[in-house]
Amino acid sequence: MVTTTAHTETRRRVWGAAAAVTDPELPMLTLADLGILREVEVEEDGTVAVWITPTYSGCPALAEMRVDVHTAVRAAGFEEVEVRTALSPPWTTDWITEEGRRKLTEHGISPPGGAPVRPAGPVPLTLLPTRTVPRCPLCGAADTEELSRFGATSCKSLHRCRACLEPFEHVKEI
Amino acid sequence: MSGDNIFTGLTEEHDGDARWAFGTGFTEALAGVDTTLPAGVDGEDLATYCRMLGDDALVQAQRLVHWVTDAPELEEEVALANIALDLLGQARLLLARAGQADGTGRDEDDFAYRRGPAEFLNVRLAEAPRGDFARCVTTLLVLSSWRLALFGRLTESRDPVLAAIAAKGVNELAYHREYAVSWALRLGDGTPYAHERMVEAVADVWPLTGELFATHPVEAALAAQGAAVDPATVREEVHQVLTQVLTGATLDAPAPFPAAEPAGRAGRHTEEMEPLLEELQRVAREHPEATW
Repeated sequence: MVTTTAHTETRRRVWGAAAAVTDPELPMLTLADLGILREVEVEEDGTVAVWITPTYSGCPALAEMRVDVHTAVRAAGFEEVEVRTALSPPWTTDWITEEGRRKLTEHGISPPGGAPVRPAGPVPLTLLPTRTVPRCPLCGAADTEELSRFGATSCKSLHRCRACLEPFEHVKEI
Repeated sequence: MSGDNIFTGLTEEHDGDARWAFGTGFTEALAGVDTTLPAGVDGEDLATYCRMLGDDALVQAQRLVHWVTDAPELEEEVALANIALDLLGQARLLLARAGQADGTGRDEDDFAYRRGPAEFLNVRLAEAPRGDFARCVTTLLVLSSWRLALFGRLTESRDPVLAAIAAKGVNELAYHREYAVSWALRLGDGTPYAHERMVEAVADVWPLTGELFATHPVEAALAAQGAAVDPATVREEVHQVLTQVLTGATLDAPAPFPAAEPAGRAGRHTEEMEPLLEELQRVAREHPEATW
């Protein structure tokens, strides 16, 4: 039982160190807020393995996040650290925590709504705008317009508030 | 940043906080993923199929980045670069899977930078010249609709790695198609001049669409093993999607896809391929010792 408790404690420490790493592109969010930290395992030889999942297939921040996780877990006192990739289930914006959403809004970035629900079979085509209209994270107004569905990073789109006239970014639903 | 010059400033470690000017050292796209081949799935076939889908994405991404600094609006440039980045990410995962499945251990860079045109297995539409913006929109519309239909089915692949790559890609491709649809409608149902350019673009792209649905023997074999999708099975679905978009854009309903044999899938490419690869592979060829 002692081993089990020590093992649990080790996992907790590794998780804590990895969870506190921040996203280089959204530095107000930790990996835990973003929901990309999937699993921690302590192997018999003492190696600790941390699984993270990419947000977008081409997310250029993933390699940096892996280095940061590696560095953080080593700094927490673990010698042998492996950062592994988990591909399934795919990450969606629904994995972003409530805390993460709150932090995004606080920093003037509108958090995503619910991720699109995909029915079984072909992805349905619609010729009309399908995305939800985000509220302005700066003044709270609902009257906003989309400037571009693609923004400075893969995960964001560009919008403007018609009430306060300020532009803002929105983490798009995926 | 301390140090005497930029070089040392970029390369030294700062309290364990590594700098990444020369790569992070974390380059394996599939590190830690269980890559065991499922029983009854041929590794060579799976590798070839992953190269087909990976090369489609890699070559299309290379074409799309030709719009960077040259798009009609800054927003479109950012959009096309983002789409290219998603495709590049899909290509990295697929090519990494190919190198594991065929047992050679080749990595994504071996495939991207150290192959000649005849070893690339992408469909010819991916390498076609970029043309004007209407042509870009039309190509993207066709390729994203087609790839989305394939990936939707590939989520059921018996290869769990391919299924996971597809499940991730579906969400991205749905966005790409949405972008292409929005522009097809805006241009087709826009000014007479924009409408005319769309008519020409569809006419230019159409002869290249037949190949998308021509089944290569490897696709047929791997589909029979439950790991791939026979592209002929998505023909009707993709045609319906394109008909809906083009008629919505006040263009004529498209002709049936022309009959074709696999060409790019068999390594037979147009003359566009060589200069495209020269550009794609230039840094890697000139600086074989480079890291990133």
